[in-house]
Amino acid sequence: MIALEDGVLDPRAVEASVEGPDAGGLATFQGVVRATNEGRSVLYLEYEAYREMAIPVMQAIASEASRRWPDTRVAMVHRLGRVHVGDVSVVVAAAAPHRVEAFAACRYAIDALKSEVPIWKKEVWSDGSHWVEGNLPQPGAIT
Amino acid sequence: MRVQVRLFAYFREAAGVGETDLELVHGATVDDAWRALGERHERLAGHTPAPAVNRRVVPGGTVLSDGDEVAFLPPVSGG
Repeated sequence: MIALEDGVLDPRAVEASVEGPDAGGLATFQGVVRATNEGRSVLYLEYEAYREMAIPVMQAIASEASRRWPDTRVAMVHRLGRVHVGDVSVVVAAAAPHRVEAFAACRYAIDALKSEVPIWKKEVWSDGSHWVEGNLPQPGAIT
Repeated sequence: MRVQVRLFAYFREAAGVGETDLELVHGATVDDAWRALGERHERLAGHTPAPAVNRRVVPGGTVLSDGDEVAFLPPVSGG
């Protein structure tokens, strides 16, 4: 499962898309909106994506994870639009025969998502907002 | 030649548009397109995007073709 969704995420559905009797380890990461960032109180985040590119980049990350850790399946779902404090903004689930590969693939996938997928978050406070600036994606990054 | 430009997040707000067209000379590069965009939308000038042509991140010296979709991505912040 590789998707962008406009509503509340269902982490169990993401897990269900990769789990199986061959997978002794299932590692799931959930990104949650924090109440404060850099000393400021956050009201909510607004997520925006270049949808037509975000999906293939996420698929490339999942494929690369399976290449690096054979027999591993990775699912990634990111929420778009307004996400409130305490809500889940992203779910990454990795299923593998053993826990070492499951943890490694899950970690790789969320790290790669955060540095390469064209998704942006705008942080909104009571007295203003700003677009959070992370990594500038590079040519050929996902290999 | 004509390319379709996509802007997002901070760049979309600074330019006031998320999609626009650019007329460029044959042989123009991605960097040329960004410069042309900066002349039309002053608030973009001085920023460095990650350019993506037809949904792939490319170096700024990449030569464009008629009909290409060129997206200028601010630093990403998903997750």
